Parts: sequence; C-alpha cells; structure tokens
Amino acid sequence: MPLLMPSPEPEILARRDELLARLSKILPEQNIIADETARRAYECDAFTMYRALPLVVALPDTVPQVQAIMAVARELNVKVVPRGGGTSLSGGSMPLEDGILLGMSKFNRILEIDYENRCARVQPGVQNLAISRAVEHAGFYYAPDPSSQIACSIGGNVAENAGGVHCLKYGLTTNNILGLEVVLMGGEIVRLGGKHLDSEMYDLLGLMTGSEGLLGVVTEITVRILRKPPVARGLLLGFASVEDGARCVGAIIARGIVPGGMEMMDNATVRAVERFQPCGYPIDAAAIVIVELDGTPAEVDHLVGVVEEIARAEGATTAKVSGSEAERLQFWAGRKNAFPAVSCIGPDYLCMDGTIPRKRLPEVLMGMDELATKHGLRVANVFHAGDGNLHPLILYDASKEGDSERAENLGADILRLCVAVGGVLTGEHGVGVEKRDLMGEMFNESDLAQQMRVKCAFDPSGRLNPGKMFPELHRCAELGMMHVVGGALPFPDLPRF
Amino acid sequence: MVLAPGDEEETAEAILAANAEGRPLKISGSGSKANLGRPSIGEELSLRALSGVALYEPEELVLTAGAGTPVDEIEALLASRNQHLAFEPIDYGPLLGSQAGRGTVGGLVAVNASGPRRIKAGAARDHLLGFRCVAGRGEIVKSGGRVMKNVTGYDLSKLVTGSFGTLAALTQVTLKVLPKPETERTLLLIGVEESIGLSALRKVSGAPLEASALALSPKGAAPLRLDKNAAAIRLEGPEISVAQRLVDLRDLLKPFGGALEILDVVRSTALWRGLRDAGPVAELKGQVWRVSVAPSDGFAVVSALRERGTPILGHFYDWAGGLVWLCVQSAADAHASALRSVVDRFGGHATLIRAEADVRAAVDVFHPQPPTLAGLSKRVKESFDPAHILERGRLRAEF
Ligand SMILES: Cc1cc2nc3c(=O)[nH]c(=O)nc-3n(C[C@H](O)[C@H](O)[C@H](O)COP(=O)(O)OP(=O)(O)OC[C@H]3O[C@@H](n4cnc5c(N)ncnc54)[C@H](O)[C@@H]3O)c2cc1C
Repeated sequence: MPLLMPSPEPEILARRDELLARLSKILPEQNIIADETARRAYECDAFTMYRALPLVVALPDTVPQVQAIMAVARELNVKVVPRGGGTSLSGGSMPLEDGILLGMSKFNRILEIDYENRCARVQPGVQNLAISRAVEHAGFYYAPDPSSQIACSIGGNVAENAGGVHCLKYGLTTNNILGLEVVLMGGEIVRLGGKHLDSEMYDLLGLMTGSEGLLGVVTEITVRILRKPPVARGLLLGFASVEDGARCVGAIIARGIVPGGMEMMDNATVRAVERFQPCGYPIDAAAIVIVELDGTPAEVDHLVGVVEEIARAEGATTAKVSGSEAERLQFWAGRKNAFPAVSCIGPDYLCMDGTIPRKRLPEVLMGMDELATKHGLRVANVFHAGDGNLHPLILYDASKEGDSERAENLGADILRLCVAVGGVLTGEHGVGVEKRDLMGEMFNESDLAQQMRVKCAFDPSGRLNPGKMFPELHRCAELGMMHVVGGALPFPDLPRF
Repeated sequence: MVLAPGDEEETAEAILAANAEGRPLKISGSGSKANLGRPSIGEELSLRALSGVALYEPEELVLTAGAGTPVDEIEALLASRNQHLAFEPIDYGPLLGSQAGRGTVGGLVAVNASGPRRIKAGAARDHLLGFRCVAGRGEIVKSGGRVMKNVTGYDLSKLVTGSFGTLAALTQVTLKVLPKPETERTLLLIGVEESIGLSALRKVSGAPLEASALALSPKGAAPLRLDKNAAAIRLEGPEISVAQRLVDLRDLLKPFGGALEILDVVRSTALWRGLRDAGPVAELKGQVWRVSVAPSDGFAVVSALRERGTPILGHFYDWAGGLVWLCVQSAADAHASALRSVVDRFGGHATLIRAEADVRAAVDVFHPQPPTLAGLSKRVKESFDPAHILERGRLRAEF
C-alpha cells in the first residue's frame, strides 16, 4: 500500500508569499531557499522512495533565528520539518509540501571542549565524526559511531538515538549525551541537563533523544567524550552456517564478555563486499562474524584467546586475529562498505532495521528467506549481532514496474516477523514515514494514544514534523478527552491522512 | 485502607475508579522509600502482589519482573548466573531509617536509582528496556520492548524512570542485565587535601584505565574511618587486566603524593556497598542532600557552602566529584536556599533526600526549574495523569 502523507493544506499554500516575507525579516536572503530547482535538492533524505518539494527551505545559523522561525510558524500555523544531514533511512526529515524545511546544517561549530569533565558542547549540525576528530589528539573520542558518521549530524543522531558498531559496549546516543538546548514550537527555549548527570525532574533529555524531530528543535548538545582504549584487536570468524555464527555470538556473551563490537554478515553480503573491494573475507563462509576487543594490552590478549577458543568450539571454519592496526581496520573495511557494496548488486536496496532476541536469529533468517522467495526478491543481511539488530538489505530495481512496491511489502513482512518473535520494528533508524503504518504491529491504541499525548505536551499545535511516527493524526483536544477501552479507540474512523 | 490489586487488570480498575472520582492514590511497593520525595496524599495503592520474575534469559542479558518483585530476589537470581544490575542501585533503606534490602524493582525504577558505577555503566534510566504500566486515566500502557536496541516510538522508559510514580503505576519492568566483572580491587590514595584528591580522581577518569568508581571519603567518614582523607578508585574486570591497570594507576597517582593502599576484593566490595548506600552521611544526625554537578564543580560547591556558613555535618564525593552527598544540621528550610543558590551558580541540581515530613512538604525537595521547563514538565505529567491522582504532591506542590 503506498504511503499517504497529510494532504497539503490549501490555506497554507496560499500564504506562501506572506511566509517568505516574514522569513526574510528573520534570515539573510542567502539563508532562504525559495527557488524550485534549489529546493529539489532537499526533496528527500536517504529514504528515497518518497519525495516531496518543501514549501521553503530555511537555513538559520543562530538560536534566536530558530526561535523567530518557530514563532512565525506557530503564528501562521505552518508545519516545520527539522533536518540535519539528511541521512535518515526512515524518511524522518522528508519535507512536506506545506511545511518549512528547517535545515540545521549551518549550526556547525564545536562550542567548547571540556576535558576536565570529559564532555563537549556542540551545535546540532556538527558531523558525528567531527567530534571524535576534534578530540582525538588528546586521546578521546565520541563513542556512538553510525556507519553514516561522515555525513550525519549530531542533531540528527539525537533525534534518531543513533547507534553504531561500538554501541554494544559503550551505549547509544541516549547513553552518551548530558545536555540539550531545545527550541519548542512557538519559539520557547528549554535547557535540559548540562555537564552533570541525571535530571532534577522528568528525564526530558532522555525523552527528546529518539523523538524524531517531533517534540522540539535541538540547538545545542553536550556530549560525553571517552578516553580511547589503549589497544583494540579484531577477530575475523567464518562459519559454515548462520546458526553456528549466531551460537558463537551467544557463547561469547554468555562467557561474560562484552566486546567493543560484534558484527555479522551473511554470505550474500560477504560476496558483494569482496567483489566491491576485497578485504580477505572467506567467500565460502555462510556467515562471518567480526569481533573487536578493546582495553589494556594484557586484557585484550587474554580475551582474544578466550574468544578464539569459543569460536573453535562453536565450529568456526576461519578464525583470524588481527596482527596489526592495519589488519584490524581491514577487517572492518568490508563491514563499513557493506551498504555501498550491496547497492552495486541491487541496483537499489531498502535497508530494514528490526531488532530481535538474539537466539531467534536462525528462525528469523529462515523466515526471511521464505518471505523473500514469496515476494520474488533477494535479501542480503548485515547484523549488529551482539545486540540482535538486523539490517536486511532488500535488493530491488526501482526502474522495474512493481519492484519498489514488492520491496516495501517484503520489508513490512520482515518487520512483522521481527515483532512476532519478540522483537521491534526499528533498532536505530527510527520510525519516520517508513515504519509509521506498522506501529500498530507493536502498539495498541492505548499505547499510541499515550505517546501522542506526550507529543501534545510539547507541541499542542501538532505542526512539528507531522505525518511521521504515528499512523493517525489526532487533534490534541480529542486525545485529552478520549478514553481508550481495552486497547481500542472509540473513534475507529478518524482520518488517516 | 490499602488498595491491593492482585494483578495489572485490577490495578487498572482501581486507578480508573480513582480517576473518575478525582481521588488521589499513593503508590507503594514495599514502602521502603515512602519518606523520599515530598509527602504525597491519598489512599495507598500497594503493588506488592505484582511480584515475580516473568522472564530471565542470561544469554540475552534481559530480565522481566513484576513491579513488586523484591530487588534482593532479583539480585540473588542474577548472581546465580554471574550477572548483576550494572547500575549498582542504592539501597535507600539504611539512609532513610528503615531496613536494608526491602526495596522492590518498581521502586528502583521510579527513583532512577544508581550507584558508584553510574559514571561507567549508567543509572536505572540506562537499563530499563521496556515496561507496562497503568497511567492516570486507568489505561494500561506499554512501551519499549525486551531487546537491547529499540527506537520504536518515544522512549517513555526514560520518562517513567525517576518519575516517582507521578505518571503511572508501573506494573512490569524489563531490564538489561550484564555479566558481573570477574574481580575487583580498590586503590586508596590516602592523606591528600580534598581538592588534590578530587583532581587525582578526574585525572584517572580521563585516563584509559576504565575505573568503575571514583569517590573521595573525607577523614573519619564511614565505612573507612581513616584519620585522613582518601580518594578511592575501583578497577574491575578479568584478573589479569585489573593487575595491569593497578600498576598503571600507581604510576599515574605518583605526582599527587599521599600513601597508596590496595583493598582486596572483600574490602573493596564492602567499601563500595557503604558508599553506594551513602554510608558516610547516613549514620549522621541531620538532613541529607544529594547534589549532582559537573565533576570539577563538586569541591567548589562544598567550599562555597562553607563560606556561607552552612552547617555541614558530613559529606563525601562520588562520581569523581560530580555527586556530592551532604549532611547538614537540621533546619526548618533544610538550608534549601543556600544550597540552591550555590548549585545554580555552577549548573546542576540538589535534591533533599532525608528530612522530616513537614520540612519536605515546605521546601522544594526537587530542584526548582525555570518557568518554561516547569510548565513543560507539568504538561508531561498531565499527559499521563490529567486529574493529578497519582502521587499528588510527591514531586511538586502544584501537582
Ligand atoms: C549509509 C548509511 C548508513 C547508516 N548507518 C547508520 C548506523 O550505523 N546507525 C544508525 O543509527 N543510523 C544509521 N544511518 C541512519 C542515519 O544516518 C541516522 O539516523 C542519523 O542519526 C541521521 O542524522 P542526520 O543528521 O542525517 O538527520 P536527518 O536525516 O537530517 O534527520 C533525521 C531526523 O532527525 C530530525 N532532526 C535532525 N536535526 C534535528 C535537530 N537539530 N533538532 C530536532 N530534530 C532534528 C529530523 O526531523 C528527522 O526526523 C545510516 C544512514 C545511511 C544513509
């Protein structure tokens, strides 16, 4: 079923000139993109299946400008879609035809680095990797490292609660930030947290993280920085079956070891990677697992020995230990290239993001194979194996009639399967528009109504990034009055876009 | 009378009825933290019967339990598989004058409990993967899940953690559990000025030593009772790794002067248990504050209070100086304005943990917020509990 977005409101479209005039009082001319061709550059994020031309793109570079834009938006009742690096894989920053696209890319300064308190204050448009780059000379880094880290912004990471290969040991974005400055719809500003730990009242910092740009615009972030471990070594393990690989991952954790990273790829991905840029993966293996162990030299040597022993016991057909930093990076190179490599065999791919209880992996993979066959498509798999986060990459050809729709349907079936085994729709990419209509698979009406009421507490107008995350649009007044009985709403026929 | 629902359905019925009549409810597990926070009003709703571990899968690092399950029971179960709650939750019992080991897991989440390992492993907030609850309208709501990584919908787990029951009655919680470290050792740096000891701790926290706890115990403080100040550094992990890091740590601490002493596993465990439960201030007579600031500001906060003449009876620092526990001479206002004005100069928050009920009713127990943020917090409260029936007054006088 094709995705429906809220239909553009004619009264807003009609007021475009007025909006432009108001914006030009707030921003210099070059920070307003009104021209159609230039606006096209913003018509989608990395979820490219759906596109929309934004009403106007505004690129503020000061917090008062953001506040003023949010105030005008409320006054004129115009929607606002925040955007960072535009790498969302769920359409979180997909524009609306009757909405301002609020680009935060000009907020690209690191404001303060405080080694004493091991934190940094940064603006939201700063690239994820730029934070680690800025502190690496002192031996520090920022732990969450999404594969998109050269392109995504820290503001977008906060909005999506982004993860990365090191999150197994060092946590997600939410575990690595201390403070936020947020501009609410209407222009009010709140500061949450700071350089200290935990909240004096409700943990709104935690709530904002992963809220997908629906609650407020993040204008400043205080991140924790960590000291780099003295050494890291990698193991490249090959297995004759995915089950063996999955069992090995479970056995490592059962032994009480939490590796710095633990990633798995299936044979389809391994082959794609080796064709794209060979890095020494065993192409006959049904699955490979990369394990990274970090810490002090003695500890790492010890743990490498233990993991090697576990791997052999679980039937590893290949077990290589990195002998140098170059070799460790080579083990990772293939993993880092997995998405581009797969897109070479695609030619297009849709990246799914379910998480499952790890032990269900073999049956989920089998189920996925069956579903792929049913839909007549192929799937390559990359997993954050340690935490059960799957990235099935559905291969399709957008130029082929019906292929996109088949890919979407297969994706939805795969996510349903994840939920059915006790997992979730999305581990790190967010719901956005992509998984919006599947929210009912995980949550009933009372669960969703409570989430929407929280949205109302922040944005009673419902104008901040609407059409994302929730499968239905309710007015806050309705939500306030309604009582959900037995998980079902009294108004089953409320508008769905 | 105490309402004691037998399950989640009955909990929902009780709250639904109370909501319809605007009747306030106090939510309790074992009652071990009844004296924490502002005194709330209403009939008691005991969730004690919602007890028992529903799921424990050690290899998946996950545990689900009814909110009324005793923390002791959970910790014993985890220990049998060499796992633990890595956030090292404080047992408020001794500090609040009740027995140790009585808390329930729902209460632990409701107060966002943590301990010395907070700096490395996080607080309860970082370990709650999902929950079921009954919100103020009497609706059963669930959020999150049982897997390690999940961004499906808002992270309501963060909201209910530390909400003191003011948003919803938790009925079931799912926690991330972790392997216990193989061993631990603590190094004491003895006989340094507080400020020197604290800068040593910050130095360690910025070194690649993976210290899992960093505290400073002033002279005479329990449980060490040394006649000098001691900075305490805990290292955990495989034996071989701890041994190597101890060597590195000694080198790092040389420039700070003072004597070094290593505590073996038994003494190390006892020390951190004592500090976790705020031992140095718990045993004193007086009102107790817990202050969270940037690590480099902890000492400055205490100094500024001393300068103002605030009567401090005892104190100690955890989290490399970022957490300050203070015991002050009892006063009708618990010296709240002095504390708040000092903490506000640096940024952070001060919570009144132990004081007489009338004092906790009269002063802001939780740090006041600027108006915009206070308004937002109130709207969040009302999004769960529009009639203010759950734990009325517990966090703020106005709801
Ligand atoms: C090749 C590739 C690999 C990826 N790998 C990973 C991975 O390993 N792990 C992972 O977690 N993700 C991954 N992603 C997804 C994506 O990079 C992340 O979701 C990232 O956090 C998005 O950041 P962004 O700056 O690009 O945000 P955008 O795409 O611009 O926006 C994402 C969401 O954030 C909101 N937003 C952006 N800025 C703000 C702000 N300042 N205030 C409020 N809301 C804001 C937007 O409204 C939108 O809802 C990958 C993406 C690609 C294309």
